[in-house]
Amino acid sequence: MSNFTLGNNEENAAVQSNCDRPNTLTSGHRACQGCGEALGARCAIDAAYNAAAGKIMVVNATGCLEVFSCSFPENSWKVPWVHSLFGNAPAVATGVAAALRSQRKEDIRVIAHGGDGSTADIGMGCLSGMFDRNDDVLYICYDNQAYMNTGVQRSGATPALARTATTLPNKNYMGNDPQTGKNVPQIAMAHGIPYVATASIGNIPDLEEKVSRAIEIRGAKYVHIHVPCPLGWGFPTSETIQIARLAIQCGLFPLFEAKNGKLTASTLIENLIPVENYLKTQRRFAHLFGKDVAPDAIGVLQNIANANIERYRLNGDVSYD
Amino acid sequence: MLYQLEGSQAIAKAVALCRPKVICAYPITPQTHILEGVGELVRNRELSDCEFINVESEMAALSVAIGAQATGVRSYTATSSQGLLYMIEAVYNASGLELPIVMTLGNRAIGSPINIWNDHSDAMSVRDAGWIMLFAETNQEALDLHIQAFKIAEKVKCPVMVCVDGFILTHAYDRVDIPPQGEVDEFLPSYVPHVSLDVDNPIAIGAMVSPEYFMEVRYLAHRRQTDSLEIIQCVGEMFQQKFGRDSGGLVRRYCVDGAETIIVTLGSVAGTIKDAVDELNLDGQSFGVISIVSYRPFPAEIIMNSLKNARKVIVVEKALAPGVGGILSQEIELALKNTKVEIVSVIAGLGGRSITKLMLKECFLMKDHARTTFLGLKEDIIAREYTPMKCCGCEGST
Repeated sequence: MSNFTLGNNEENAAVQSNCDRPNTLTSGHRACQGCGEALGARCAIDAAYNAAAGKIMVVNATGCLEVFSCSFPENSWKVPWVHSLFGNAPAVATGVAAALRSQRKEDIRVIAHGGDGSTADIGMGCLSGMFDRNDDVLYICYDNQAYMNTGVQRSGATPALARTATTLPNKNYMGNDPQTGKNVPQIAMAHGIPYVATASIGNIPDLEEKVSRAIEIRGAKYVHIHVPCPLGWGFPTSETIQIARLAIQCGLFPLFEAKNGKLTASTLIENLIPVENYLKTQRRFAHLFGKDVAPDAIGVLQNIANANIERYRLNGDVSYD
Repeated sequence: MLYQLEGSQAIAKAVALCRPKVICAYPITPQTHILEGVGELVRNRELSDCEFINVESEMAALSVAIGAQATGVRSYTATSSQGLLYMIEAVYNASGLELPIVMTLGNRAIGSPINIWNDHSDAMSVRDAGWIMLFAETNQEALDLHIQAFKIAEKVKCPVMVCVDGFILTHAYDRVDIPPQGEVDEFLPSYVPHVSLDVDNPIAIGAMVSPEYFMEVRYLAHRRQTDSLEIIQCVGEMFQQKFGRDSGGLVRRYCVDGAETIIVTLGSVAGTIKDAVDELNLDGQSFGVISIVSYRPFPAEIIMNSLKNARKVIVVEKALAPGVGGILSQEIELALKNTKVEIVSVIAGLGGRSITKLMLKECFLMKDHARTTFLGLKEDIIAREYTPMKCCGCEGST
């Protein structure tokens, strides 16, 4: 029936490796070359489509994903799709789920998705409300760690010391303040919702598995996907997946799952690398390697990675609560 | 059947009779009793197959309604004042997406200074948001307009805001006739969406629209609004045929024919104005009243024809554009631009200040009206608090 790309055996084949993949976000859209978000969205929504036997409805927050995928009269989505505003996608999805429930069509699964700006910042109120009500919605955040659609400004998900258009480093300032920022997966877990997971386009089978698992759970679900942005981070467009993998390998982007607010699984790091190997691939961290750098600058980021390794047991110390 | 009910409860009953499938609730004075009322009707199954959702903000309230309506079901919410401002981005979005949501606006002043009482500042702040806006004069009309609102919205593919004066209507007990469910079902059949999310026929709603098409989208919104004047009138007539009550339509005319001076207003204050006018006319004066039901779309032609033979038009309005004056009066001036009718504005009742019959009668009888009068303004406070400003550069330059 199906073909599998070289390197995939049938048992472990990714949805994306199948020629008959749903292709929910079809080609011809306007994303930049090497866009991590486009890849993340295609993988996630294809996996959700398969898991729900094609019965999904998608709500999109304003942002790169919305702009590049649906500009009248063109549309790249092969699923029912609605875009309302920047900050209200979780609430719109609540409305979609409520309308389906009122018509007893709960076999149709509801997804809301958006970037880290709409998720961590402007839509946080609506997201928290959706979690609070435990609405039957899967929310997916594609985290490229800044406001890319408006030209790379800092968001609540921008990493420590990163250069953005609103955190430009100079001799008095090292980039995004390490004391700031928010951890949305942890915020989601604090709501005690049935399922929270992090995923990355650096590990597509894991991403697909988590989205597929989430879509089958009733109640509020949150999947946070790391999606490098060549334009905003400053790296060659051929490096997107490699950079996503380096983020996992150094511990700066931990892969884990949590159920009802408790950590239940994490992906161990094989071949741990220093954060430096990840940071030096991107121009947004280039100032950390210049001659006027504070001596502990990279140490700040290494400490964050070390804390992740401990917190999410990424080094093999598997003893969950 | 007749009931003695609080205005909010009457509206809740009317909304339930329209069988919405999704209702979103966020509290704000003075509309809160309406959503409490419909919530109770959902919980006790008087309104069945309806999802009643407590949300975390007005932004979420209207956004949930947007999601539900886009999925093809009738949806409803209510708000007031600051709440309307908090959801204003979604207000524009709902009309832009052509979603026929119905929302009650329990009219209340906007702060700062914070004030929970009635005026029309909130409604005026969204007058250009592309919604149809209907103003109720009485509790009965508030009830009737909600039933008509769903029909108009779904026909025009445009959301409808039913404006109901906070406290004066929402909290006042009055006798209302509530029609039987069967008759409402005949008047307002099940909702058939013109477009909706559908897994068997996937479409995209809410695409980005570039300069090549944006003008046309906005023109169509304008065209639908102006064309809906006829539909609003027609739905009012259908309502009268079905329920035997003259409710809704575009404007209500009272003693207008041959009147020398005509008072124009919006909302519940029309009742007090009519009482004042009755007494003045008994004394041999010649006054009429036009109370506008459909503020958006604005029925300029009917208003012009009703006012053009008057000597003077006094616009009693509960909102103020600082630096300009009245808002409704500007629109009346535009409607009468080719006539010689004198038009004056009376700003009244801001922040819930009482508008009494006596104040109105005195005001209407004044010989020389200023272009803008503030009814009942406490001049002593103004004199104490305001020092006329001078530009430092030109002071004493003569």
